[in-house]
Amino acid sequence: MQRIGVFVCWCGSNIAGTVDVKAVAEALSHEPGVVFSTDYQYMCSQAGQDMIKASVAEHHLTGIVVCSCSPRMHEATFRKTATAAGLNPYMVEIANIREQCSWVHKDMPIGTEKAIILGKAAVAKVHLNAPLTPGESPVTKRALVIGGGIAGIQTALDIADAGFKVDIVEKKPTIGGKMAQLDKTFPTLDCAACILTPKMVDVAQHENVRIFSYSEVSEVKGFVGNFDVTIKKHARFVKEDLCTGCGACVDKCPMKKVPNEFNLGMDNRPAIYIPFAQAVPKVATIDPAHCNMLKNGKCGLCARVCTAGAIDYTQQDEYVQEKYGAIVVATGFNPISMDKFDEFAYNQSKDVITSLEFERLTNAAGPTAGKLLRPSDGAHPHTLVFVQCVGSRCTACAEKGKEYCSKICCMYTAKHAMLVRDKYPDVDVYVFYIDVRTPGKNFDEFYRRAVEEYGVKYIKGTVGKVVPENGVLKVQASDLLNNKQLHIDADMVVLAAAIEPDRSARPLATMLTASMDTNDFFTEAHPKLRPVESPTAGVFLSGACQGPKDIPETVSQAGAAASKVIGLLAKDKLMGNPCVASSNEAMCNGCSSCANVCPYGAITYEDKEFRMPDRTVALRRVAKVNPAVCQGCGCCTVACPSGAMDLNGFKNDQILAEVDAICK
Amino acid sequence: MQKVTASQLIDRAAALLSDGSVSAVLGWKQGEFDYDITPAVFADEQALRDAFVWNDFCGANFSKYLLKATKKVDGKVLVFLKPCDTYSFNQLLTEHRFDRDKVYAIGIPCEGMADIDKVKAQSGDGIVSIACGETIQVTTLYNDAPVSVELADVLEERCANCKSKKHVAYDELLGDEGDVLDSARFDEVAQLEAMTPDERFAFWQEHLSRCIRCNACRDVCPACTCEKCVFDNPASGVENKAPANEFEEKMFHIIRAFHVAGRCTDCGECSRVCPQNIPLHLLNRKFIKDMNDNYGEYQAGAEVGSRAPLVDFTLDDPEAADVLDRRG
Repeated sequence: MQRIGVFVCWCGSNIAGTVDVKAVAEALSHEPGVVFSTDYQYMCSQAGQDMIKASVAEHHLTGIVVCSCSPRMHEATFRKTATAAGLNPYMVEIANIREQCSWVHKDMPIGTEKAIILGKAAVAKVHLNAPLTPGESPVTKRALVIGGGIAGIQTALDIADAGFKVDIVEKKPTIGGKMAQLDKTFPTLDCAACILTPKMVDVAQHENVRIFSYSEVSEVKGFVGNFDVTIKKHARFVKEDLCTGCGACVDKCPMKKVPNEFNLGMDNRPAIYIPFAQAVPKVATIDPAHCNMLKNGKCGLCARVCTAGAIDYTQQDEYVQEKYGAIVVATGFNPISMDKFDEFAYNQSKDVITSLEFERLTNAAGPTAGKLLRPSDGAHPHTLVFVQCVGSRCTACAEKGKEYCSKICCMYTAKHAMLVRDKYPDVDVYVFYIDVRTPGKNFDEFYRRAVEEYGVKYIKGTVGKVVPENGVLKVQASDLLNNKQLHIDADMVVLAAAIEPDRSARPLATMLTASMDTNDFFTEAHPKLRPVESPTAGVFLSGACQGPKDIPETVSQAGAAASKVIGLLAKDKLMGNPCVASSNEAMCNGCSSCANVCPYGAITYEDKEFRMPDRTVALRRVAKVNPAVCQGCGCCTVACPSGAMDLNGFKNDQILAEVDAICK
Repeated sequence: MQKVTASQLIDRAAALLSDGSVSAVLGWKQGEFDYDITPAVFADEQALRDAFVWNDFCGANFSKYLLKATKKVDGKVLVFLKPCDTYSFNQLLTEHRFDRDKVYAIGIPCEGMADIDKVKAQSGDGIVSIACGETIQVTTLYNDAPVSVELADVLEERCANCKSKKHVAYDELLGDEGDVLDSARFDEVAQLEAMTPDERFAFWQEHLSRCIRCNACRDVCPACTCEKCVFDNPASGVENKAPANEFEEKMFHIIRAFHVAGRCTDCGECSRVCPQNIPLHLLNRKFIKDMNDNYGEYQAGAEVGSRAPLVDFTLDDPEAADVLDRRG
């Protein structure tokens, strides 16, 4: 029989406000095995923990029940307390009477009754708890960063500077991401390329960094400290080690009519291309969908002009296997498609563009060499209309856009408006907005400058319709503050399209078993206290894959993710989780159901000899769990038809004892 | 009438025994009554000639018998498999329950098996003897001349709603191969689904309250092959015991249906052997229908190594919310 101590926490008024903590402690003191029961204001504080330790000694406790917040919050804390008191840490059970009780109830009697029931369940479970000992596993001192935008670059640089090896996997032919496409950056208006491209060079030249460009992660196995990753290097039909990036092939390629994705299709590139002049690695790539040589074997010009002999039309996709201790996701974002926003005539007129396209249009390295020219006829525009929140904060039409605020649009639109007015004072600039949101250092000052110094016409209201008519864009909008309808003849309309996570994130999340929210942003382990860690151990988040972010925020988060990775890689050994599955061989049928559902590949089979009841010896196929690979998800225990699989710390009889206690 | 004859089967089995290809034969022999056919292991030709039976009452599915037979017998076991039996055969192979190399499987076509209760309804009680030929000739205590019964009129429910005349596994096929059929086997499940919860409860109450916990359904079920059944395991908390109340008497069958969900091939043996005529197959079919509706058509045992949707993990599994949406 266990000797159980019950410790009911007030959590200030978080619990005590809705739960009569004294009544809970009193009620649980009558449960079988409970020899001590008390309550305290902050059980997680030093004084609270000292009280637990003292009670273990005084009452010779063998098990502890803490009725407090979620085990996600303080289970580790109380396990340490138990260890300090000389108990096995797995003899502690948490009854979550905060998130699952006091926070969701308003009525004290109801809250108290439920808290008692939750406490009884925890007591019932402790009776069946057994001491568990975690195993140890080594740490591979190399990190993987998925995504080579500013987030990935910064994370990789910080990890590499700390002395650890880092690999960056980037699916495009060059690193740089969205920031490489930008012109100026708010709120200082320094040029994006001037601050990004030196970092791209730094990371490429860093002795601890390897860059896999034009590559994707195709398989992830293993667990924190010991990930086995397969990287698929797409065939670029150019030998990276030989190509000097001279560009002769690009000049000579006769197939020049391929929409240039770097300029968002606003001009063309050849079938063999280097995305932009400062690309890293500066290596040409052949686009197999448009190359005549690859499509029908006719051409071969690039191979003839390449003095380095780098062109290889027979190149195949290559798979690289590597081991990593930590993985950082930095997959970034994309503007949403404008196909569902017909009212803005995006697909009808070339002069309606997205803000990212506008960045390319004002960029000195862009399709117009930085001149503001109307895309349809190359004429100088006189009236520009910027529309904010296109698809953002779209609560009424969730299937069209996104419910969240994309966060960066207010600031870049102010930047665009200001840049236009600065270079072309003759151009009228209108900005239609719902709210202008500028919470950031020097952000509001920046926006005020656009309005006050540059004379940008900010109008609170929405654009209802854009109609292309005789070469002008008829913009119908409402001015909410003046309560009137506006009709503006614009030369160009710029849409601040909402941003969404990159589409590669969802399959990647599945591979990593990292969780996502309904918008496909990665979920952090704790929104406030662990914002750069995924709930999956060893997986970290950097940049806009976790939520909309501007560059300063992305860079800070990238550094934070790097510091978490460094903290992990600095360890030589990791303590495993002892709450893993184990198979009772006497009951195992060897049917493979458990292995079929195991997401981690932790289960193997072996033929083992068993003495049968009739004294014969039989060879039976039985399951074996690798405790270092098992993550304790419990899928196998559900799939097992014979009940042979069980999860340490969450054994079937423990769970049923809890259910029985609740239903009693 | 069955298309292959008993003597064809006996001759083939005898040949395989005599040339040493197999060392035992799993077949049918007569039990206490003519309609009471039971499984048997035959070790030599004489035994086959004396007792081997193949007629319209040979319902038993031998797949499960292979688990023990292959362990006991040195050399190969010859087994005769009707089309529906081959699905159980494959399912057991999928679950690594016996060694395929120790089995020689002969597929035999099946015209469906007779339900003795339906026969009795036509012939009356007091059956003295039954002869299976073109029709089923039933002699009773109370009739002077045998009553002639058409097999088609007295088919077991599972045979009337046969899902497949195609053998999905065999080493050798006697007779002609059939096709997977467009069966109406889910119609009765749909009727149950259309009931109100109260009506459905009453339906199952009516049937399950007759259960005497003889365990015949479990013992015959080719999906129930656990080394240690939870109902025999005192540590499980649900070990074999008489139902203490109405709730428990239902739980045995519901737990069993959950256990075999995704693995049940719908062979119908559970209902065939139930001495209380409980339509147990309907529980299993409800699961099969739900899985088909939610995750796409899946037939357990159609191929070796296939993974049932409930016990599979792939990277492109739909999210739980998508499945909910699909159900409307």
